[in-house]
Amino acid sequence: MERIPILRMGHYLLVTIQVELYDRLALSLETDLVQMVNKTSAKGVLIDISAVAIVDSFMGRIIGNIASMSKILDAQTVVVGMQPAVAITLVELGLSLPNVFTALDVQKGMDLLASMIDVEQEDFDDYEDNNS
Amino acid sequence: MIVTLSKDVMKVVKDQDVVPFRNRVKEYAVKIKMGLVNQTKLITAASELVRNMLKYASGGEILIEIITKGRDNGIRLTFKDKGPGIPDIDLAMKDGFSTGKSLGLGLPGTKRLVSEFDIKTIVGEGTTVRIIKWANG
Repeated sequence: MERIPILRMGHYLLVTIQVELYDRLALSLETDLVQMVNKTSAKGVLIDISAVAIVDSFMGRIIGNIASMSKILDAQTVVVGMQPAVAITLVELGLSLPNVFTALDVQKGMDLLASMIDVEQEDFDDYEDNNS
Repeated sequence: MIVTLSKDVMKVVKDQDVVPFRNRVKEYAVKIKMGLVNQTKLITAASELVRNMLKYASGGEILIEIITKGRDNGIRLTFKDKGPGIPDIDLAMKDGFSTGKSLGLGLPGTKRLVSEFDIKTIVGEGTTVRIIKWANG
């Protein structure tokens, strides 16, 4: 079955959706991503949807779910690169994704994630690494 | 008067059929030079309706047409299924109502995205939804 790859980079998980989404694919991404957050203790999730031309109510809901589920597992989610036409359509559809952080591009998204994540925790990790 | 310039019928019976169907709608929209925002609205509306069809009626048939009225060109999509029908159409058109586990934005949301929206349903026989999106509308 087709799957969307999830890349790990330090405390972050990166997902770039390069294919057209359909329901089952979006659902498996939700499951995979939440499991990855748990397995890797990731602190931030960045989802790049710049190549996605269509986000309807179901896929919008999945994006919202991923953000809420990750939040419960102590990870922040930022969605980046939404096309203007997709944003217009989503809001007119009635889905404004109030609980999802967004940024215009990957760079701004990573900056936002870095600012949200507890820096002391990272320092502590480094401290542990250096002394073990 | 609305005149049909070209038409095409597609069957959608499983989840994977949705992507080719969306691509076909896009092809048609590009053919009549519909702008990107209207294209996105139309394809999103189509995606909502095709999901309903798969979820509640295990699929059906979609008629895709390029139509013209005076100087306006548009796309008309007719979704026809032989599902259970919708008992209370006014309720189904309300924001937030859903018998499934969804947000209930499907039908009312779709209506907001298109130029014309028409739904006919007979309980026990099926549902037909017809939408029109004008290239400049």
